[in-house]
Amino acid sequence: MKISRLLAVTVACVIAASIAAPNANATTLRWGAQNDILTLDPHSQNHATTHGLLQHTYESLVRYTKDFQVEPSLATSWQQISPTQWRFNLRKGVKFHDGSPFTADDVVFSYARIIQPQGTNQIYVSGVKEIKKIDDFTVEAILSGPNPVLLRLLVDFRIMSKTWAVKNKSENVQNYVAKEESFASRNANGTGPYIIKLWEPDKRILMVANPAWWDKISGNVTEVIYTPIKADATRVSALLAGDVDIVTDLPTQDVTRLRTDPKLKVLDGHEVRTIFIGMDQFSPELLYSNIKGKNPFKDIRVRKALNMAVDRETIKRVTMRGLSIPAAIMVAPGVHGHAVELDKVVPVDAEGAKKLLAEAGYPAGFEFSLDCPNNRYVNDEEICQALVGMWARVGLKVKLNAQPMASFISKIQKLDHSAYMLGWGVATFDANYTLQSLMRTKTTGADGSFNLGRISDAKLDALIDAAKTETDVKKRDTLLHDALVLTRDNFYYVPLHHQLRPWAMKKNVTTVYKSDDRPEARYARIE
Amino acid sequence: MSAAAGWLRRTWEHDLAWSFRRSPVIIVAALLTLVCVGGAVFAPWLAPHNPFDSGTVNLTDGFTPPAWSVGGKPQYLLGTDDQGRDMLSTIMYGSRISLAVGIASVLFSMTLGVGLGLLAGYVGGRVDAFIMRIADIQLSFPPILVALLIDGVARVVLPREAHDGIAIYVLILAIGVSSWVQYARTVRGSTLVERNKEYVQAARVIGRSQASIMLHHVLPNVMGPVLVLATIHIATAIITEATLSFLGVGVPATQPSLGTLIRVGNDFLLSGEWWITVFPGGALIVLVLSVNLLGDWLRDALNPKLR
Repeated sequence: MKISRLLAVTVACVIAASIAAPNANATTLRWGAQNDILTLDPHSQNHATTHGLLQHTYESLVRYTKDFQVEPSLATSWQQISPTQWRFNLRKGVKFHDGSPFTADDVVFSYARIIQPQGTNQIYVSGVKEIKKIDDFTVEAILSGPNPVLLRLLVDFRIMSKTWAVKNKSENVQNYVAKEESFASRNANGTGPYIIKLWEPDKRILMVANPAWWDKISGNVTEVIYTPIKADATRVSALLAGDVDIVTDLPTQDVTRLRTDPKLKVLDGHEVRTIFIGMDQFSPELLYSNIKGKNPFKDIRVRKALNMAVDRETIKRVTMRGLSIPAAIMVAPGVHGHAVELDKVVPVDAEGAKKLLAEAGYPAGFEFSLDCPNNRYVNDEEICQALVGMWARVGLKVKLNAQPMASFISKIQKLDHSAYMLGWGVATFDANYTLQSLMRTKTTGADGSFNLGRISDAKLDALIDAAKTETDVKKRDTLLHDALVLTRDNFYYVPLHHQLRPWAMKKNVTTVYKSDDRPEARYARIE
Repeated sequence: MSAAAGWLRRTWEHDLAWSFRRSPVIIVAALLTLVCVGGAVFAPWLAPHNPFDSGTVNLTDGFTPPAWSVGGKPQYLLGTDDQGRDMLSTIMYGSRISLAVGIASVLFSMTLGVGLGLLAGYVGGRVDAFIMRIADIQLSFPPILVALLIDGVARVVLPREAHDGIAIYVLILAIGVSSWVQYARTVRGSTLVERNKEYVQAARVIGRSQASIMLHHVLPNVMGPVLVLATIHIATAIITEATLSFLGVGVPATQPSLGTLIRVGNDFLLSGEWWITVFPGGALIVLVLSVNLLGDWLRDALNPKLR
């Protein structure tokens, strides 16, 4: 955010240069977004922007339809031989971009690769004990237990060519944290609709359509130029000036103006991401507070007061300019398990909150610090500032500690916080992904992996664990419902809102809005 | 009584006062400076709101336009920012930081520059060569670059929490160090002239120590031009501070200066909320212009050749 301003001018000049000279016969989609990808290695970093780009090149066994149903991709069909044994029939005749054929060996190889500890994508094969080759076009996944959302996890398990990886000595996943580079982190070779021709970090990514793709693109884009433009104003200016065709990561304050621009249109949609406040409900004494010897957040009345003091409608109107859905539960519309009647926000009640705090033994309120990212979610720091004001009115003195995502995330993961803001997106479009990560008592692996307030509720754990393996949809829905309500009514978190993430584009561009905030070029059409 | 009256009359008839009375521009500039400085210094008592008391700031009032335009509210004369803070009060509190940083960094660079210049001019020889070559090297960098460098190093060296607390002092240091050269050059030049004059030689003959001669005899006679330079430099320092803060490396948003306010408001400039950045920008222009005019006038009034 900061130095980027210095770079804005430079970037503006560079864009003009980098966007110039597209292929004369190509239909080019020039796409501007905030961040660059981290790597081309599909198994290295679980990072939204990186996944969003790499899905153009690397495919998985299954993929999402426009409305997030699972459909065949590199697997044509599958059957469950037993609750823990899934057999996948692979698509025949598929070739990687380098010409090597796609076979069962590649799936087995990719499984062995994604589970290497230096990567962060193991979640997408979690619960899979082993992938066995049956014959060249059949594989079998052996699970450690029944998994009703297996297919949704596999959507982001991308398949890499074994021969290509071996030839280029890239059998190991790039260790991103150790700043390692490998052939696979700098080059891509998938089976997907687009071939990555060029990646100049922080400058541009050039992709061209794959003529040998097994499926047909529904749009007409044959070339994609992705340009990361950090500074909000510069990114919007690039669209207004016609240097890019579509812009994602729009700054909220500019959306209204873009809507009224006759040359542009705005595609609305909500992302399946919920922004919330988490509180330390474990430490015997808060790390950053004036209350010594006890932890006020262990008291449900305090957590309820915090919830009641938040004016979500005003945050929506002023800070988010209408681009949010006030939230009462921890999953967004579109996630399996969300229901409108659960997601009803309680009216803001400052007096009631004060009374509750007094009942809990804090008639004069108390102090605590709030950790907050300042470059990750839409208007994150501004929302935190607004919360400080709202809580101040019920007597809580909050010290805001806003910092860049990189330092923020390592701080809160070390549990060095009293309260924090976080956003949680749902990769599987299923509520148990959120419940398991944020509410389940922390053990090893995916259970409670982001339960940073260390909530521990045996009843909740039982519901979540049951939902993990329950294959009867109706029974499972009841479990999810009960778990979400239990979380809401115990005020384990302060949900704020679900983000709306509109995309803006030129009038002659049509595409499909996707709730995972990942545009797919194969849907795009330029008239 | 008569002593006071006499002092008043002497002041009134002094050359400076005379040239002040004669120039309406300067009177206006002085008045404006007085308003700016007064508003800044007495902000806690004069400002209609306290923008940093989060309990009184109401997000519902966010993005209120100035009082005279459609949708404006009379209690917010210049409108409010994205958090519902009163712009007028924010500007008054912001000017405090800007002025404090400007004056403190000028005092710092003046002390540094005068000290080194005096030493170089009086001692001469290798010390002189050494100090002045450093000055030459620094002059080949733009001051803003030097300030950025110091600020950047401080950011890396200090832990983040510590840095926020002392950001203002780092800024003062950075701006001060980036502009000591001019003082050093001016003072060195004057010192070279003064050190061979009879009164200095006389002091030497009666056995005053070097340090004492420098401080008590040379220094008072070289300070005139320095004071003029300092006045003009206050404006430059305020601008440098605003530039650094605009780039996001100055004071943190929790204690915003005018530069920080302009940076924050800049995000909303294109979406129609012009007042969030235009008013702090206007305040900065008025403040710098009037300080500059005063400095220019002081330079001319004290220059015997222009009288």
